Amino acid sequence: MNASYEWLRAFVPFSLSPTELRDLLTSRCATVDDLVPLQADLGAIVIARVVEATRHPNSDHLWITKVDAGTGTLLDVVCGAANVTVNTLYPFAPVGAVLPGGMKIEKRKIRGENSEGMLCSAKELGLGEDKEGIMALTLIAEPGTRFLDAMPIGDTRLVIDVLPNRPDLLSHEGLAREIAAATGGTMSRPEIAEEKPFVIRTHTVKATSGKVGDITVKIEDTDGCMRYAGAVLTGLKVGPSPDWLVRRLQAVGLRSINNVVDVTNYMLVGFGQPMHAFDLERIARGTVVVRKTRGEELIKTLDGVDRTLPPGAVVIGDAERAQAIAGIIGGSGSEVSDGTTEIFLEVAAFNPASIRATRRKLGISTDASYRFERGVDVEAIPALVDYAARLILSVAGGIPQGNPVDLYPLPKRPQPISLKLPRVARLLGEPVDAIEVEKNLRTVGFRIAPEAKDVFKISPPSWRHDVRGDVDLAEEIARLRGYDTFSSELRPFRPSAVPDAPLVAVMERVQDALVAAGLNEIRPMPFVAEGRGATVRVTNPLAEDEAFLRGDLLRTLISRAEYNLARMQGNVRLFEIGTAFFAGEDPAALPGPRKTALPREEMHVAALVMGQRSPTHFTKAIQPSYDEWDIKFLAENAAVAAFPSAAVKLVPGAGETLWDIAVDGIVVGSARRLTLDAPVWAKPAFGLELNLEAIEQGPARSHAYKAIPATPRVQVDLALLAPSSVTAAQIDVLIRREAGDLLESLTLFDEFSGQGIPDGSRSLAWALTFRHPERTLKDQEVQGRTAKIVNALEGELGVRQRTS
Amino acid sequence: MTLSEFQQLVTTLAADGEKLIDAATTASSLEDARTSLLGRKSGRLPELFKQLPSLAPEELREGGSLINAVKAKLEARLEDRRRQLDAASSSKRNVDLTMPARRQWQGSKHPVTLVIEEIEEIFRELGFTIALGPEAETEWYNFTSLNFPPDHPALDLHDTLYLGENVMLRTHTSPVQIRTMQKFKPPIRILSPGNAYRRDFFDASHAPMFAQIEGLAIDDGVSFVDLKATLTHFANQFFGKTKTRFRPSYFPFTEPSAEMDVECQLCHGSGCPGCKGTGWMEILGSGMVHPSVINAAGLDADRYTGWAFGMGPARIAMLRYDIPDIRILYDSDVRFLYQISR
Repeated sequence: MNASYEWLRAFVPFSLSPTELRDLLTSRCATVDDLVPLQADLGAIVIARVVEATRHPNSDHLWITKVDAGTGTLLDVVCGAANVTVNTLYPFAPVGAVLPGGMKIEKRKIRGENSEGMLCSAKELGLGEDKEGIMALTLIAEPGTRFLDAMPIGDTRLVIDVLPNRPDLLSHEGLAREIAAATGGTMSRPEIAEEKPFVIRTHTVKATSGKVGDITVKIEDTDGCMRYAGAVLTGLKVGPSPDWLVRRLQAVGLRSINNVVDVTNYMLVGFGQPMHAFDLERIARGTVVVRKTRGEELIKTLDGVDRTLPPGAVVIGDAERAQAIAGIIGGSGSEVSDGTTEIFLEVAAFNPASIRATRRKLGISTDASYRFERGVDVEAIPALVDYAARLILSVAGGIPQGNPVDLYPLPKRPQPISLKLPRVARLLGEPVDAIEVEKNLRTVGFRIAPEAKDVFKISPPSWRHDVRGDVDLAEEIARLRGYDTFSSELRPFRPSAVPDAPLVAVMERVQDALVAAGLNEIRPMPFVAEGRGATVRVTNPLAEDEAFLRGDLLRTLISRAEYNLARMQGNVRLFEIGTAFFAGEDPAALPGPRKTALPREEMHVAALVMGQRSPTHFTKAIQPSYDEWDIKFLAENAAVAAFPSAAVKLVPGAGETLWDIAVDGIVVGSARRLTLDAPVWAKPAFGLELNLEAIEQGPARSHAYKAIPATPRVQVDLALLAPSSVTAAQIDVLIRREAGDLLESLTLFDEFSGQGIPDGSRSLAWALTFRHPERTLKDQEVQGRTAKIVNALEGELGVRQRTS
Repeated sequence: MTLSEFQQLVTTLAADGEKLIDAATTASSLEDARTSLLGRKSGRLPELFKQLPSLAPEELREGGSLINAVKAKLEARLEDRRRQLDAASSSKRNVDLTMPARRQWQGSKHPVTLVIEEIEEIFRELGFTIALGPEAETEWYNFTSLNFPPDHPALDLHDTLYLGENVMLRTHTSPVQIRTMQKFKPPIRILSPGNAYRRDFFDASHAPMFAQIEGLAIDDGVSFVDLKATLTHFANQFFGKTKTRFRPSYFPFTEPSAEMDVECQLCHGSGCPGCKGTGWMEILGSGMVHPSVINAAGLDADRYTGWAFGMGPARIAMLRYDIPDIRILYDSDVRFLYQISR
């Protein structure tokens, strides 16, 4: 909502500066997002007096003038206006000034005569449509005075963010009401400057039809239209609006169209009531009817678009066709134009939900629909019809045809709210004073009647549809007192009875583990193209190639790695903890009318590594790149962090899958070699992904302390020659079995094949550490066990100890 | 001698001296250089000092300061070179200790995660716990139970990505409030961090998915003062001692509703383009939970009251790390992530 500072002052006199006004409105009712000084482009214009005017020798319409612009010397100015008059003050643009249209004033010769500046018309200054002559000023000012300082045209536009619950603030009157309440001022509607005042008194009837002048007005759709009033004005002269009206509209960013249309816009921005003027000559058989659209109705609207009316739309029709889409936009067929002499002025209240539904189906939003779908002040209508009719007559001439008619078949009953002050005090946390509450609420139009001790019956004003219950009144009470007056001292509280969501700790542990391993967390968008496991479709996606929600996170990580490769970044270590989506159950199988199932969601972790395993350092010219053993570690690490109390095992997989990650025997994810759209210089990429919700788990148990042994250890290295068919895991299991509980640790420290090793075999070297927890081991004990291991390896697996 | 001749000699000495010092590769050759430059007996600098009196009396002061400046410069140069040579010879292996350290990759949490964690830490001290909920929701959880009137302009602020009839990607994390109240009895004090979705095209300040963190406190007699006090405490913890301001706002699920502003973090209240001259920055929306929301979740609104707030950690991260474009947070450029890890 754009508001004009000066327009607000026309409703309520106040002495706040624009910044003070901004702070007042922001802290009281609606955030002022911006203050825009208007007419700032007139800063260079000064007031000048024409001292002498003679005919230009080479022109029959130009004047040569001597102008006093307060500079100390008289300036020569050539002027083309017929109305130039000696001893009169005019706005003057000196050499160097730039006019609102962008024209720069320069010293030049006009038909041989010097001209050092320009006397300006209202149009040239962007202050009106009057371009007939230069703008004679009736004020008293010294030549040289800044035009903006002398004229009441400076203004500031307030850009206000009005929230959906306060449509009453979508007008100057509504804002002025709050300003008046805050400053103690009195609000009144601006006086209309009428040459011959008409007494216009709207005739309200509790009926669905009535007459104004020769026009029959009917509400057929009482659901879509709560109240419908109209005035008939004839003998009008449609033309440019007076300057004050143009200026008001310009101040809020509206363009002047003609005097009649300008008044309807003035009423909308000034009073929050959209109005529409129909050219009465185009209304067939003197009939105006508010009805639902019939069949496939077509209408060409004011914006020049041919529209098919959606079913359920409310229209304003004449005896033959739809002439306007009610509350949204008028039809071009009955548009007020320069030739119009008589109008039907509509002032109505339409059903907000119906307006909203229709304008959404049409895909448009207008200043009118914006206010109707939020709700206008239904009770204000009769007074506004009168006001608007008088205003039109004052700017366009003409006479009213009878009194306006106002159809109000089902008057709205006020719904008083019972307000118990102790309840408000409990909610706000501080005592509320009955006298203060009463006083404050009255300033913004509430009516108050005592019901019992500390209980009031409160009737909100007709423009406050948002106030329905006692909590709404609590907000009024708090905001009128000022939120900032309430205490901000912490008071005792009871800690939450809600335990942390179990996933919280899991996610934290996994995050810490991967950060410690040198990976960077990312939080990318989850949208992907169809296929590759993406099964959940967005009905109204932002882009067709991102219409699905991913079924796995690695897919997103791959795209992020490719993004980095495209930017020549080959060292990529990313991880994400995020949601994977899967299509829910078959909707047809769902009970009840709802035929869309919620997708199933899983919280996953995924990681991707590629490039150098550590940063470049001069001690090692070529840094090794990440390989499968790194991703195996990261997978084990992530799985153990996620499921600390379970048995984690990486099971060799097939194809691109290097390992399946098994937790207590259940496969919860995998570690993979990844295929990327990568340049030749890129190193191989590896990834892991696991489902953090795959198994139920309680809180993580801590590992109990095991005594650090004081007894000496005995180390034995075994170099083994193993057939290729035997796995390291088989050997590992066998060694542990044969060594028994004296074996403290078993480490594979070398793998070798090639020179000196028979084909079809490899050498595997293991370090075994034996220790007894209480005493020193005897050599024979260790030798005995080693021999037993070697025998079993040879006997069961064909693995021999290497001799050389 | 004229001052300019003297100055010429001083400059030459300075240049020769620096060359000599840099050329020394051992402690003893450095000592030789020192002697030849500054040595009491025949050093070049003391020799030049002796020439000083040949200057005109009014030039003495200037000549003296010239030569003293060169003396200080050479002494510093000698000291630097001594340290370099010491460093190079301190180890038996003759290691150049000026060479760079062996670094490791530093992992990092995402800036948005860091902001969320910081918020959680402050609220945990005030007895809050963490609740989570699904990102795909039904209309009932996302709108109806939260007191959104059907087909109301308030919905315009929640442009929704739908997954089917009545099923959508949640437009805020508020459904977690309902799910928590359905499952637990007060006292409830929870934070719900998570992703929310709006049908906003990606630009410098909008993303179709964004992180949100909400708080909810429900108990017997929880009041607006509790809301103000807790959020003011939070602002002072999070931003450092700061001014705050509460002003009316509107959310269908709270009444009264309030927006909290803190002093603009860029200009500290004096007004700048970042805060459009107001001196304030909007940080979070909040309010007293609407009774119909409490009732919809199955609690008794006559007995329990509560307050809630919501904020966008991405916006705060942008403020904190001076990030001009929200897309930087989601693009996952490793150079950006690397900056954060440092």
